[in-house]
Amino acid sequence: MKEPYEKPLIKKVQVGLSNKFGSVYGRHLRPEIDGVPISDLVSRFGSPLFVFSERRLREKYRQIYQMFSTRYPNVHFSWSYKTNYLDAICAILHQEGETAEVVSEFEYEKARRLGVPGSEIIFNGPYKPISALKRAVQEGALINIDHFDEIYDLEDIAEELGNSIKVGIRLNMDTGISPQWTRFGFNLESGQALDAAKRIVSGGKLILSGLHCHLGTFLLEPRAYAKAIEKMVDFAYELEDNFGLKIEYLDIGGGFPSRNRLKGIYLSPEIAVPPMEDFAEAICDTLLSKLKPNDFPKLILETGRAIVDEAGFLITTVHASKRLPDGTRSYVVDAGVNILFTAFWYNFKVELEEDIPGPAEPCIIYGPLCMNIDVVAENVQLPPLPRGTRLIFSPVGAYNVTQWMQFIRYRPAVVLVGEDGQVDVIREAETLDDVINRERLPERLVLKMS
Amino acid sequence: MEKLKRLAINEEGFIFDPVSGNSFTTNRVGLWILQKLKEGKTPEEIISELPGYFEVDAETAERDVTDFLEQLRHYKLI
Ligand SMILES: Cc1ncc(COP(=O)(O)O)c(C=O)c1O
Repeated sequence: MKEPYEKPLIKKVQVGLSNKFGSVYGRHLRPEIDGVPISDLVSRFGSPLFVFSERRLREKYRQIYQMFSTRYPNVHFSWSYKTNYLDAICAILHQEGETAEVVSEFEYEKARRLGVPGSEIIFNGPYKPISALKRAVQEGALINIDHFDEIYDLEDIAEELGNSIKVGIRLNMDTGISPQWTRFGFNLESGQALDAAKRIVSGGKLILSGLHCHLGTFLLEPRAYAKAIEKMVDFAYELEDNFGLKIEYLDIGGGFPSRNRLKGIYLSPEIAVPPMEDFAEAICDTLLSKLKPNDFPKLILETGRAIVDEAGFLITTVHASKRLPDGTRSYVVDAGVNILFTAFWYNFKVELEEDIPGPAEPCIIYGPLCMNIDVVAENVQLPPLPRGTRLIFSPVGAYNVTQWMQFIRYRPAVVLVGEDGQVDVIREAETLDDVINRERLPERLVLKMS
Repeated sequence: MEKLKRLAINEEGFIFDPVSGNSFTTNRVGLWILQKLKEGKTPEEIISELPGYFEVDAETAERDVTDFLEQLRHYKLI
């Protein structure tokens, strides 16, 4: 009778120096996603594979919507396309009642093509080409102006079309957080924002009716939002009193964190990330205490990450293992930073499809790219993993499937697990055709090989 | 493999190096390999014998023994 096998390992006993972060590996297992076994997903759609959960996405949206709508009577969410503009994801959020927040003519066209009317699009960003601006104006989109040149562009368009245009301006301000995103919009403290308002009023062609700001991303400080609201309300009343305007909406942007772990923060997200309620409370309580009685301008939120991040998973497969010269155990998996862009700032949760015996040790996980920067996870406590082991990374729903790139390898398929457990491909895996379709080889360069 | 001879190894897989003062833990398969090394077997012999004692195929045995030897080297035990 042969004995059962386990991979031979030896570990130094650290006397009096225990590793705070999981020397005993509380194994994280994820045999399925919303009831669909990982092995089924991989055998049907391959690996690596992005998997989105419709249930988690809808639930998250509804939870967050409820947190705000139960605290303030006029709340509206606009889906930040850049965070994830896959049609299926946008369609789900539009079904839930979100409008579209876009920052380019490409995103604008994608929203329109999906069936979103222009009047339900918020057009933000520092670069809005004239033709795109004009279309947005004609279709009734809400435009938040980023700089003086855009004021002039819009005035020209108003002149050409022969009617006035309702606009908002984007503000940047000190709310106590750094870095301050001062490169977008008009600065409040310096008086630039007031100058912009004066310019708009004196031009007589645009009607200033809203204020916008977006403080940053993955912000962990609810008080920064309270501060922003305070400053926006004060500024809105200053404008209303001085220029006889009505500020109809305050758009606070996005920036709320998801339950992900930022690099450099070792506390678990459950401890380090304030609950969403704290943000809702900071924003809504400040609004209610600062606004005049019976004045309830529309509160717009463009939250991206907090809604979609936790709905996304990436299934990967261990291709090889290697011990580095310094003794660190490393693995090569089939998904790299080209498709997992957020690996640069997150320490993801890494889960095993099934339990694997053996002691855990801190490991580093590399992607398949032939590049030194291709590190998808560091310092993950893992037992000895045989080739072919599936590792599931999460949360990966925000920014990856927009910022990913075709580099060295094809981008993999993305599937959606529906609420009844059905699985649909929402983006097919790329093939060579996707890459070469746009290429043109001049005739004289065609290789003549016998 | 001279260094190995000085190690105190108990049957639970606890290893003490009286020269450096370091201690280590290993698992059953690691222990088995260490004992073979102490007996003076070569890595090639160990790789070929391993599948006779444990439920493992030759390819995995080769990979894992090689890896285990690298770990020992890292800890300066061989
Ligand atoms: C104007 C604007 N709104 C909303 C967002 C979404 O931010 P988040 O995903 O952090 O909520 C961004 C992201 O950069 C943005 O620039």
